[in-house]
Amino acid sequence: MLTYILRRIAATVPVMGLVALFVFSLLYIAPGDPAAIIAGDQATVQQIAHIRASLGLDRPFLVRFADWFWHVLHGDLGTSIFTNLPVLKMIEQRAPTTLSLMTITLVMSIAIAVPMGVLAAWKAGTWIDRTIMVMAVLGFSVPVFVVGYVLAYAFALQLPWFPVQGYVSLSHGFWPWLRSLILPSLTLGGIYIALIARITRATMLEVLSQDYIRTARAKGVGRREILYVHALKNAAVPIVTIIGIGFAALIGGAVVTESVFALPGIGRLTVDAILQRDYPVIQGVVLVFSFIYVLVNLVVDILYTVFDPRIRY
Amino acid sequence: MSITLGGVAAAPELPDVLPPRRARGRVMRFVVQHPTIVAGGLLLGVMVFIAIFAPWLGTRDPEAISPIYRLRPPQAAYWFGTDMLGRDIYSRVIYGSRVSLGVGFSVAILASGIGMAIGVVSGFVRWLDMALMRIMDGLMSIPGILLAIALMALTRGSVYNVVVAITIPQVPQVARLVRGVVLTLREQPFVEAAVASGTRLPKILIKHIVPNTMAALSVQATYICASAMVIEAILSFIGAGTPPTIPSWGNIMAEGRALWQIKPYIVFFPAVFLSITVLAVNLLGDGLRDALDPRLAKRL
Repeated sequence: MLTYILRRIAATVPVMGLVALFVFSLLYIAPGDPAAIIAGDQATVQQIAHIRASLGLDRPFLVRFADWFWHVLHGDLGTSIFTNLPVLKMIEQRAPTTLSLMTITLVMSIAIAVPMGVLAAWKAGTWIDRTIMVMAVLGFSVPVFVVGYVLAYAFALQLPWFPVQGYVSLSHGFWPWLRSLILPSLTLGGIYIALIARITRATMLEVLSQDYIRTARAKGVGRREILYVHALKNAAVPIVTIIGIGFAALIGGAVVTESVFALPGIGRLTVDAILQRDYPVIQGVVLVFSFIYVLVNLVVDILYTVFDPRIRY
Repeated sequence: MSITLGGVAAAPELPDVLPPRRARGRVMRFVVQHPTIVAGGLLLGVMVFIAIFAPWLGTRDPEAISPIYRLRPPQAAYWFGTDMLGRDIYSRVIYGSRVSLGVGFSVAILASGIGMAIGVVSGFVRWLDMALMRIMDGLMSIPGILLAIALMALTRGSVYNVVVAITIPQVPQVARLVRGVVLTLREQPFVEAAVASGTRLPKILIKHIVPNTMAALSVQATYICASAMVIEAILSFIGAGTPPTIPSWGNIMAEGRALWQIKPYIVFFPAVFLSITVLAVNLLGDGLRDALDPRLAKRL
């Protein structure tokens, strides 16, 4: 078990190196002169030259990459062109908001989606199943900002239950904090809930047709216990996998959700950086989020052995 | 339907013993058997019609500015109202369908084509497999929207660049899918027979491998098309997508963003069109999956 976990962690290191190489290479893959594009149309030759030097575009690729990677390993993600602040510091300032948003979304999505999927599988073929599956397809199809505006219009403007926009930090109390994040989390969770509910239903259908479920039913085990103890634990691996993979959608959705609800998080930082063409910030955000994504999937892989002790690598 | 395996024709057509079905009966049966394909196909058909015939659908110039008529709510002259520059939102939404559908279809075709090529090569050429798949793993580790955002930050906004930026993150998924199918296919007797009888590799790939990946690939392509349309809208919405001079659903929503609390209709109409189109493509994909792979349909 421990060797497996250590080996799995070790296998993550080259992936992260590769991700870093990709994120760095983007500057060179893009057509045209990135320095001129970042500087904008009104830039002078000196400004373009300054940006080129600050991005290190005047030096050979490998030298520049080694230098940059060395700095990344030491927690230096570069300096913002616009504010002249270290990128890591800017991300750190915004991190609590985004972490709060994602945690609540994750907890809420799992709490809503898994019972929905279980119910759909239990009532397979009935109108309950069909209603849940139609809702899942809708959850896939309605884009995240549309969900955001509809929710904000209904539950913040028409019915003033929640704040329309803005974020209240946890230091101002638990309830105000939660209240400011419920609508954004529901918005962000839409796709996630649909994804998890569909996979839960599919795997539960498969598990429920197994012999040991019939045996459990025959010996008189209660419905609740069959569903949540016997079946759900054996359906956990695909569900946890989709939670890990779907995390990418969560990261992408956070960028939009934070814009719609004016939350001062990393997503909002990204959007501001795009408007100001502040490439070092964008690069830093992409790198940090990719690392988080890889880490989440590492945790998912390790969780496999918890849910299914047969898994041994 | 005649079945051909490994170039050998098997089972000649059965004579028509039963009287041919009436055409209408066949259509009805298809509708009953595949309601999602029909519903999705019809909705998508309407959207394609709107995109193609945009100039003849009672629209005016989507870029024409008339400050006197700005921010008019929906009314007889302006069906969807006007925006803060007095542009007709109905016309902008109708013309915007061209961008969304164009981007969706282009990304689906490009990503499937490139992903298919990489997947087939990776599945058949063992020494390249390792390297190609590690590159795909690395690309897949970067969340797709962020990769697209980073690419757009480095290029000038144009529809072409948007298509490229959305395509790149989609390729690894297709490559992985195709590689998986190819790996099982190359163990199949008909492929072994083709190899044993001395068929050359390119011919095996084109005649035996590629056609058999089509079912899985076409389903994947519809999902890519749907997510490409959403990502295009997201990119435009946050200001990293289609240039503001070209009306796209994401752009219109981005422009209505500042005013959405007092003039919600600016955001509302493009949002409805986008949602319906994405829903149509997703329904089509679900239906195709059920029709092409009943085994998978039961699982998902």
